[in-house]
Amino acid sequence: MTATIESPRSGRIAPQYRRSGGSKGNFEMIAWLFMRLSGVVLVVLIFGHLFVNLMVGEGIHAIDFGFVAGKWADPFWQFWDLAMLWLAMLHGTNGVRTIINDYAEKTSTRRWLKTVLYAAAVVIILLGTLVIFTFDPCPVVNGVALPGGFCPA
Amino acid sequence: MPTKPAGTLYRGREGMWSWVGHRITGVVIFFFLLVHVLDTSLVRVSPEAYTAVIGAYKNPLMALGETGLVAAIVFHAFNGLRIIAVDFWKKGAKYQRQMLWAVLALWLVTMVAFSIRHLSLALGGH
Repeated sequence: MTATIESPRSGRIAPQYRRSGGSKGNFEMIAWLFMRLSGVVLVVLIFGHLFVNLMVGEGIHAIDFGFVAGKWADPFWQFWDLAMLWLAMLHGTNGVRTIINDYAEKTSTRRWLKTVLYAAAVVIILLGTLVIFTFDPCPVVNGVALPGGFCPA
Repeated sequence: MPTKPAGTLYRGREGMWSWVGHRITGVVIFFFLLVHVLDTSLVRVSPEAYTAVIGAYKNPLMALGETGLVAAIVFHAFNGLRIIAVDFWKKGAKYQRQMLWAVLALWLVTMVAFSIRHLSLALGGH
């Protein structure tokens, strides 16, 4: 008589010990990986942002409407700032999501806090994206250029 | 008499405190980011609205606030790279403690350089 011994874990596994096929899929692993990848890119984008805006020339004294207009006249800075906006907001929102999951013990509290968080993230990402791409360096109201604009002479 | 729990490799050591620092700086940066997108969005309202609000930032108290914010960002950035090394580098977990001291040393050098430049511009008058 030969006894057949099943290889480990090949038999029935209680549902709570299964490693795949859960309802969440591999979302948490993707989120974990996103934090590392976006983190590296954000170090470059944000250090560049701080250096160009605060360290060069007159630094903070130079920042006014004309400074922003000058930067966003160039698609390079438009896409730099767009990438920074999206990556930083997604990175930050996922970080705060983790913190809510860690400290809010009641299911209803977690749900409420995360609803507010996601609503704020959507509003800020859409607002920022619209501002970058609908920006007008020379705003005109009723045929009159607004003071402080960056209008061609 | 309850006795103090024995020390561990993690609790109360570099690993735990860098984790605490990473969380706190992360939350601070996130809330600043929300406000920063809102204030920059004023360029879409009018040139004067934007320049007025940015002008209100240009005072000594805000200059110190900006320095504190950059201190949080630089720590979060360097410690984040350390976390990536712990996760992906074969010897990362072994050297996590030494890497934290490297993070703090680089943070100090960066902040001394940033503070000298930014504070002399912001407080130096114009």
